[in-house]
Amino acid sequence: MLLVTSVWPSSATYNRSTVPSFARRLIIFGLLVAALLSFASPVMAEGEAIKGTLIVRLDDVRSPVEGVTMIVSQDGTEIGSGTSDAEGHWLIPVPGPGIYQVRLDISTLPEGVTLTDPDKVELPEVEVTEGQEKTVLFPLGEGAVSTVSTFERVGTLFVAGLKLGAVIALSAVGLSLIFAVTGLVNFAHGEMVTLGAVLAYFFSTSPAGPGWPLVVAAVPAILLGAGFGWVQDRGLWRSLRKQGMGLISMMVVSIGLAFAMRHVILVVFSGQRRLFSDYTGQSPVTILGIPMVPKHLVTIAVAVVVLGAIGLFLQRTKAGTAVRAVSDDPDLAESSGINVDRVITVTWVMAGGLAALGGIFFGVNEAVQWDMGFRLLLLIFAAVVLGGLGTAYGAMVGGFVVGVTVEMSTMFVPSELKSAIGLLLLIVMLLVRPQGLLGSRERIG
Amino acid sequence: MVADQPFAEPVPGVAKSDPVLVVDGVTRTFGGLVAVDVGHLEIQRHTVTSLIGPNGAGKTTLFNVLSGFDNANAGEWHLNGGSLVGIPAHSVARRGMVRTFQLTRSLARLTVMENLLVADQHNPGERLRGALLGGWGAAEADAKERAAALLDRFGLSTMVDEYAGSLSGGQRKLLEVARALMVGPEVIMLDEPMAGVNPALTQSLLTHIQTLRDDGMTVIFIEHDMDVVQEISDWVVVLAQGAVIAEGPPSSIARNRVVIDAYLGEHHGDAAP
Amino acid sequence: MDLVAILRDGFLAMIGPVTAAYAIAAISLNLQFGYTGLLNFGQVAFLAAGAYGTSITVEAGGSLWLGIAIGIMLAVLLGAMLGLPTLRLRADYLAITTIAVAEVIRLVVRSSWAEPVTNGVFGIQGFANAFFDLNPFPPGETYGIGSWLVTGRRLWVMIVSWVVVLLLLLLVRRLINSPWGRVVKAVREDEDATRALGKNVFNYKLQSLMIGGAIGAIAGILLAIEQQNVTPDAYLPNITFILYVIVILGGAGTIVGPLVGALVFQFLFFTFDAFMASSQAEIGWLNTLISPAEAGQIKLILVGAGLMALMVFRPQGILGDPDEVTLDGR
Ligand SMILES: Nc1ncnc2c1ncn2[C@@H]1O[C@H](COP(=O)(O)OP(=O)(O)O)[C@@H](O)[C@H]1O
Ligand SMILES: [Mg+2]
Repeated sequence: MLLVTSVWPSSATYNRSTVPSFARRLIIFGLLVAALLSFASPVMAEGEAIKGTLIVRLDDVRSPVEGVTMIVSQDGTEIGSGTSDAEGHWLIPVPGPGIYQVRLDISTLPEGVTLTDPDKVELPEVEVTEGQEKTVLFPLGEGAVSTVSTFERVGTLFVAGLKLGAVIALSAVGLSLIFAVTGLVNFAHGEMVTLGAVLAYFFSTSPAGPGWPLVVAAVPAILLGAGFGWVQDRGLWRSLRKQGMGLISMMVVSIGLAFAMRHVILVVFSGQRRLFSDYTGQSPVTILGIPMVPKHLVTIAVAVVVLGAIGLFLQRTKAGTAVRAVSDDPDLAESSGINVDRVITVTWVMAGGLAALGGIFFGVNEAVQWDMGFRLLLLIFAAVVLGGLGTAYGAMVGGFVVGVTVEMSTMFVPSELKSAIGLLLLIVMLLVRPQGLLGSRERIG
Repeated sequence: MVADQPFAEPVPGVAKSDPVLVVDGVTRTFGGLVAVDVGHLEIQRHTVTSLIGPNGAGKTTLFNVLSGFDNANAGEWHLNGGSLVGIPAHSVARRGMVRTFQLTRSLARLTVMENLLVADQHNPGERLRGALLGGWGAAEADAKERAAALLDRFGLSTMVDEYAGSLSGGQRKLLEVARALMVGPEVIMLDEPMAGVNPALTQSLLTHIQTLRDDGMTVIFIEHDMDVVQEISDWVVVLAQGAVIAEGPPSSIARNRVVIDAYLGEHHGDAAP
Repeated sequence: MDLVAILRDGFLAMIGPVTAAYAIAAISLNLQFGYTGLLNFGQVAFLAAGAYGTSITVEAGGSLWLGIAIGIMLAVLLGAMLGLPTLRLRADYLAITTIAVAEVIRLVVRSSWAEPVTNGVFGIQGFANAFFDLNPFPPGETYGIGSWLVTGRRLWVMIVSWVVVLLLLLLVRRLINSPWGRVVKAVREDEDATRALGKNVFNYKLQSLMIGGAIGAIAGILLAIEQQNVTPDAYLPNITFILYVIVILGGAGTIVGPLVGALVFQFLFFTFDAFMASSQAEIGWLNTLISPAEAGQIKLILVGAGLMALMVFRPQGILGDPDEVTLDGR
C-alpha cells in the first residue's frame, strides 16, 4: 500500500467538507505560500483509499474472487487501479477526499461469475472523506460471462463518439460564429456551457428549484443562456469594441470573465459532481447488434436537427445572410446597410442558447460539474480549429470528427489520455492545414 | 529628366532598357475573383513608376504578392535577375525591395527614433547573442546618425522622442516612408502614400519621392490622383481588374482611350478620398 | 481583531519565496506577452516542465543540478513545440494551443499511464535535499524581530529566490534595452510592418517564447524545491491567469512591473486570507455564512473580476505609462 504523507498543505478550496480550522492552521504555521499553488488540489492527508472485498455466492458457498481489476477515476480521469487478492480484497489509494467513480472491469471476472446487477458495473459517486478508507460493494453472482465482440465494441464507441461530437458541435458553433463576426476567441465560452447545465439542474433536480422534468427545465435554461449571451454582448463586449480595445486585450478580458464565472458557479453549485434526476440509469437497447443508450441517440438526433436548423438559418433567412455578410467583411456589410451591431448581438444570443443546450446534453450524458465547460473547451477548440475557425459548418464537422476520434482512440490508448488525442488532432491540423477543413487561407495570416 | 527620353514604347508589357523588376504571368485569385492577372511587366531602374487603376483593380494585391506578403497562384518575378518566388517578406526587404502599406502601420508604442532604428539592417545587437554579449554600441550610433538625417529630411526631427502613435496621420505617413528608407532599399514600393495627407505635406512628400529617384532608387507608387501622377512619374502603369491595360509616359496615359474608359471615365469622381 | 497580525501575515507571505517564484513566472510572461505580444495562456505548463524535469531526473538518480538543467531544457523544448505550429498564424492560435497543451500535460502526468515516471496523482517528493544541504542557516532556528519571524529553512529559500529574481530582471533589462528588444517590441506593435523592415518575425517570436519558457521553468523549479513536492494538480490553469493579473497589475511591458505586481498581488491575496481567518475565528456566525473554503473561492472570483477590471480601466497597471496605452488602438 502506498502511504503518502504530504508536506503540501492545502486550503482545499474546492472541497466544502474541509474542517473550518484549516485556514487558520494555514496562517499559524506560516505556510501561506503553498496555499496559492494548492488552492485547487485535493487535500492529501494520510492514506485515503477505496477498498472492498469481492465475494461470490455459488450454491450458498461464499468464495473470494481473485484477480479482478478495479478502476478508480475522478471526473473521467483514471486515478488508479488494483486487483483483488486471494481473499478477494482490493484497495486503491486515492490522492485525497472527494467524489470518485469506481468501476469493475467485467472482462477480468472469472468464468461463470457476473455482477448480480449489471447496471452497477460503475459506482458513479463514491465519496471519500479525510483519512477514510472507504469500503464499496460489488455484489457478484452466478452467470454467464458476457463477451463483447470487437464489432460491438467499435459500434458502441462510435455511437459514444457521435454523442460526444454532438455535444462539442452544439457548443462549438457559437464560439466559431462569435469569432466570425467579431474576431474574438471567447475563452469564457466553456462557462456558458456550464451555465446551461447548472441552470437546467436547478430547474429540474435541485431541491431548491421547482423540480420540473428535465425536458421542461431545459427551456428556461436555454432561454437564460441566450439571455446571458445578450447581457454579455450589450453589457461588456459592445462597449469594449466601441472603446477600440484590441483583440488581444479582449481575449485577456474573456479569460478573466471565464475565471470569475467559473468560481461563481463553484461557490453556488459547489465542487460536487451531480446527476440530473431524469435519464440517469438507462439500460441500453440493442440496435443493429450494437447496444445503445437511448439518451445518446436522443442527443445525436437533437443535435443534428438543431445544427441543421442553424444551417438553414444561415443560408435561407435574411438575418442569417447578414451574419454571413458580417463574417465575410464587416466594413462592407456596414456600408451596404447591415446593422453590424445588431448582427453581433444576435450571434451572441444564439451562441449563448446553443452553449446552454450543449451543456445540458453534456450533463445528461456525464454529470453536471462546475468546471465541465472548461474541460469541454479544449475539445471545442480542437473542433473549431479542425473545421476552420470562423466557419459554422466547420465547427459542426470538426465537433463530430473530434468526438468520434477521441472516443474511438480509447481502443488503443488509455481512456484518461482521451483529451490528449483531441489536442493531437488540433496540433496536427495546425501543421498540415491551419485554415481547417472548411476554412480559407486568407483568414489565418 | 528621364521622361524626356522615353526608354520604351507605350505598349502594355513592353520591355525596358534596364529593368530592375520583371513580373511574368503573376495571378492571384480569391475564390472566384481574379484580383491580379499580370501578363508581363517590367519596371525601369531609377525611375518613378506610378501604378494606377480604379479601386479594387488589384494594385495592393500585386504589391502584396511582389513583396512576399501574399502568395501568387502562378507566375514569376525577378529582382535584378534573382527570382523572388516563395521568398518570405523579410527576405524580400533584405534583398533591397521595401514596401509601405496603404493603411499606415506605425509601431505606435515605439518612439519615432526607435521606429527608424528598427529598420536598420546592420545592428549585431538584433541577434540574441549580440544582445546578450553587447558590443553593438558603434552600430547603434551609426544607425542613429543615419536616422537623424532621415528624420530631418522628412521634417520629423522635433518628434524624435515622441511615441509614433501620438503623431498625426500625415506625420505617420512620412514616418513610414522614412522608416522604409532606413532599410536602405534599391526599390521602394509606396502604397498610396498621399492618401489622407494634407496638401502642404503632399507637396513635400512629392519632392521627397523625386529626390529618391535622383538618389538612385527606383520608386513604384500607387496613387489615385491623376494630377499627382502626371507631375512626378516617369512612367505610368494602369491596372484594371487585375490586368495591365496600358503603360507609358504620363502624357500618353492621359490621352489613352482605354484608360479613360476603364478608369478616368467611371471613377474620376472618387479618386483620393 | 488583530490588524497588526493580519498585516504581518500578509507581509511575511509577500516577501516569501512563492512571491519570488511568481515574480519570476511573471517576468517570463511579461517577456512573452508584455513585450512580444504573444498570448500564452498556458504559462503554467512551463512551470510544470521545469518542476517535473527536475524531480524526475533526481528520482532517476541524477543530481539536483542536472535536474535543474534538464527542467529548463524541457521548457525550452516545450516553447519550440508550442511555437513551431502556431507562431506563423494569428495570435489566437497560440492562445488556443497553449491553453490546451497546458491542461493536457497536466492530465498526462497525472494519468496512471505516466505513473511509472511521474508517480501519477501522488507526485514526487523530497528531491531537493541537495539544495537544503547547502543551507547555511540552521533550519530549526527562527530569524526576525518580535513575531515577524521566518525559519532558517525558509530564509534560505527566500534569499536564493530573490537573488534569482534580481538576476533575471537584469537579464531581461539587458535584452529589452538592446536592439533585439526593440525588434521584439516592434513585433508586438505590428508584425507585418516589422516584417516589411526585413526582420524575421517568426524567429523573434520563437526566441521570446523559448527564453520565456526557460525563465518560467526556473519559477517552477524554485516552487518545487521550496515545497519539496511536485504534484500534477499544483499546475492548474488558474496559475496562468493569476500570472496575467500580476503582469497587468504591475504594468505589462515594463521591466519591474512583474515584480511590483507579484508583491502587491501576494500581499492582497494573503492579507485577505488572514483577514477572513481572523474574522471567522472571532465572529462565529460568519462561518455559517461563508465557509473558509468559500472564502477561497470568492477570492478567485475577485481575481477574475480584477483581471477584467484592470484590462478595462487601467490596462497600463501600476507602472505603465497611461499615454502609451491610449496609443494601442488596434
Ligand atoms: N484577402 C482578400 N480576400 C478576398 N478578397 C480580397 C482580399 N484582398 C483583396 N481582395 C479583393 O481583390 C480585389 C483587389 O483588391 P486590392 O488589391 O486591394 O485593390 P486596389 O488596391 O487596387 O484598390 C478586390 O476586389 C478585393 O476585394
Ligand atoms: Mg489598395
